[in-house]
Amino acid sequence: MDTYYKPEDLPKFPQIAEGNDLLAKKFFEYYGAVFAEGALTAREKSLIALAVAHAVQCPYCIDAYSNDCLEKGSDLEQMTEAVHVACAIRGGASLVHGVQMLGHVHKKGM
Amino acid sequence: MFETGSDFVALSSLEAGPKRSTTLLSRRVPLAAPDAQLALLDALDLPGGDFEARLAEAGIPGLSPKPLGFFQINVGKLCNMTCRHCHVDAGPDRTDEQMDRATAEACVAALARTPAHTVDITGGAPELNPHFEYLVEESVRLGRHVIDRCNLTILLLPRFRHLPEWLAERGVEVVCSLPHWRMRNTDAQRGDGTFEKSIAALRLLNAAGYGRGDPARRLTLVSNPAGAFLAGSQLAMEREWRVGLEREHGVHFDRLICLNNMPISRYLEWLESTGNLAAYMERLTAAFNPAAVDGLMCRDTLSISWDGRIYDCDFNQMLALPSVVEGRFVRVQDFDAATFAARRIVTARHCFGCTAGAGSSCGGATT
Repeated sequence: MDTYYKPEDLPKFPQIAEGNDLLAKKFFEYYGAVFAEGALTAREKSLIALAVAHAVQCPYCIDAYSNDCLEKGSDLEQMTEAVHVACAIRGGASLVHGVQMLGHVHKKGM
Repeated sequence: MFETGSDFVALSSLEAGPKRSTTLLSRRVPLAAPDAQLALLDALDLPGGDFEARLAEAGIPGLSPKPLGFFQINVGKLCNMTCRHCHVDAGPDRTDEQMDRATAEACVAALARTPAHTVDITGGAPELNPHFEYLVEESVRLGRHVIDRCNLTILLLPRFRHLPEWLAERGVEVVCSLPHWRMRNTDAQRGDGTFEKSIAALRLLNAAGYGRGDPARRLTLVSNPAGAFLAGSQLAMEREWRVGLEREHGVHFDRLICLNNMPISRYLEWLESTGNLAAYMERLTAAFNPAAVDGLMCRDTLSISWDGRIYDCDFNQMLALPSVVEGRFVRVQDFDAATFAARRIVTARHCFGCTAGAGSSCGGATT
């Protein structure tokens, strides 16, 4: 094996049922329900999924939701903005902890 | 404007229409030949890639015709644009393939002998054919609903500026290409500047009364994906397009239809040259939906080429796969509704393009 991530593994996702059919069934039913058209449109959910895929840095999800976003009618500009949302929250999550650092500095420093 | 000083601007110019590509024919590439396109598709190692076998597995014994509804006339391959995905390989250099008056008259004579409720005029840019207005007038006179498959940018040429009003006065439905309601994907597929010109043309159509809910002035937008992916949910996209086009451009339309791109001609070339062909065909075959078969356009459509040959659909026409009626090919001059209705529809691997997902046809999703 020359890499842990292989594109041909993505369509094999349903094979995860081999070890526990019931849990896989429940998961995929839930998954399908989550992405159905609801109070949010399926296109909006796909953009959220794309952003989260970048936050969790999952290449399978990035592959799947890049394609899905295009099929749902999003374009590159909209998808790029979604990725920047993920980036801003990830970066912001680090940066906002700087307030804790500030607190320590203010307490310990003169 | 465009044609000051003379009444003509060369179709090959960017002024006359955006160009994203050039025709396969002008480049003399092997894939310009329909046989080469069919051979390329057939050579793919494609699991589940036998269309007739997939129909049989789904309990469908071949594609049989329904009562004829759509009388589609492809008047020629001449176009002011050269879009990257064109299945016709249309362009400004395709001046040889143009329907002549005698064939146009034969179409009208054949139409009078069919119960088809709709005449669907396509191309190329069908408006460029000198007999376009004759075909519209005669079809309207015969009481048929008429569709003009319009690329929008053609309406900006001075010699066609009368068309929005002219079409509106005759109740012609304008079915026009707009891949996306935002600029990027539209221009990527159809050429730089297409989006801006398309919006300008849509405004002209709106001003002529199109896109306001009047059934006699129906404005339909057609979206093809700008890439190697399938068309999305027509209903969901229509909602977003309606809001987006109105908010950002003040443009109105009546409905949106979504079509898959067929692996034919320039789109086939693009798929192959970008390494997307195998995955796209796998996607189409994996998404084969037996429920989409009932509404396939080939079942209630006939498609006539510029030279009067009859096909089961416009895609078969471009692949040179004519209708087979009692063991032979037919021309519009010899059209007989009864024998035509008894034929079996000709299929090949490209047909997976129409049966994928929600289905795809000249009228949009089939499910």
